[in-house]
Amino acid sequence: MLAKRIIPCLDVRDGMTVKGVNFVNIREVGDPVELGAQYSKEGADELVYLDITASHEKRKLFHDLVKRIAQNINIPFTIGGGINEISDADKLLSAGADKISINSAAVRNPDLVSQIAGAFGNQFVVVAVDARFEEGEWVVYVNGGRIKTDKKLFSWAKEVQERGAGEILFTSMNHDGVKNGFACDALNVLSNSLSIPVIASGGAGKMEHFVDVFNSGNADAALAASIFHFKEIPIPKLKDYLRNNNVVVR
Amino acid sequence: MVAIIKYNAGNIMSVEFALQRLGADCIVTDNFDLIKKADKVIFPGVGEASTTMNYIINAGIDSLIKNLSQPVLGICLGLQLMCKRSEEGNVNCLGIFDEEVIRFSNQAKVPHMGWNSLTKMNSPLFKNISLDSYVYFVHSYYACIGNNTIAETDYINPFSSALNKNNFFATQFHPEKSGDVGSTILKNFMEL
Repeated sequence: MLAKRIIPCLDVRDGMTVKGVNFVNIREVGDPVELGAQYSKEGADELVYLDITASHEKRKLFHDLVKRIAQNINIPFTIGGGINEISDADKLLSAGADKISINSAAVRNPDLVSQIAGAFGNQFVVVAVDARFEEGEWVVYVNGGRIKTDKKLFSWAKEVQERGAGEILFTSMNHDGVKNGFACDALNVLSNSLSIPVIASGGAGKMEHFVDVFNSGNADAALAASIFHFKEIPIPKLKDYLRNNNVVVR
Repeated sequence: MVAIIKYNAGNIMSVEFALQRLGADCIVTDNFDLIKKADKVIFPGVGEASTTMNYIINAGIDSLIKNLSQPVLGICLGLQLMCKRSEEGNVNCLGIFDEEVIRFSNQAKVPHMGWNSLTKMNSPLFKNISLDSYVYFVHSYYACIGNNTIAETDYINPFSSALNKNNFFATQFHPEKSGDVGSTILKNFMEL
């Protein structure tokens, strides 16, 4: 059976892995390649590397870092941040990225999703969506949660799926950093309304939250950062826990 | 020397890196003489079947591959292009394997993306690989089960996760991205 995936997310700034709480107050936690290799060894199913400053400061990701990741790590990894045109995606593919993740750039230019999917395949395109639940709606934000848009989570996710996105990475801004569990209700609606995999992000604090996100949230994969970076939940222990709770994991 | 066939098909570098991690001497090339002389040949692939098939026919890679006599390993789209025919763009493929390639039904999410397990393994390619080992897949089309099937995986229905006929081997999953299990499979291929 297809396994549910556990994905550590490494936010990268100036070549170092960092972790913020609610998109602010950033702390450094180590070398991205070393940390990724360690997670891979521990049983992570994939890795996501996001250049968290890219869309804010218009900084491009360092391709050398991507190449080093590809050379050293034998599980799939996604690179996000700073991808504004098809040539950015092409450079990351050439450097060895398995997938790219686009967020703000997709909102600004939805055709970018179609272009990248058309050129490199749907499997290469992850569309990341940061949304906040406010006044009864999931509102999409861009630029690392700084700017509110007029898009809504469910219709936007559907649109990018139709444009060729291979996966949706949904971060609930209400849940992110709070460690009180994932946005399972929204995830369940999202997952059931789409025909592509959904990666849940934001809110992981305890191992039970992962059981919930796969069972109630119907997510295909769950992403977390600080609980892994700060060794609050070791991946092997999490996998055992999920297995004991009848969640299929690798 | 392992030759990785270079053409317009996706993430070839990761295959090269995986072989380098195994200490293999490898080259990514579109030079036919180098490919013919190599001890092993890898035919990777990510993309759309009919477009890629047209490309390899125009480049003469189709007859090159069919006439190779050393061990050849197709990966992902490489496997599908080595089959008889693909429903993706309704295209005739290399016809090395007798199996047909069709699309997953929409009963579950497509593409089949992520880690799934190997069963009914029957090939030296799977030496030291235990039953139900997980490997990494990303695909929307699959090869049916047939005479050339050497491993099966279940997603919506059982399909061929690996094929073999004579010197030709192929995996639907990405051994280069399948952790230690994938490394062992690549190592087994190197030792064929």
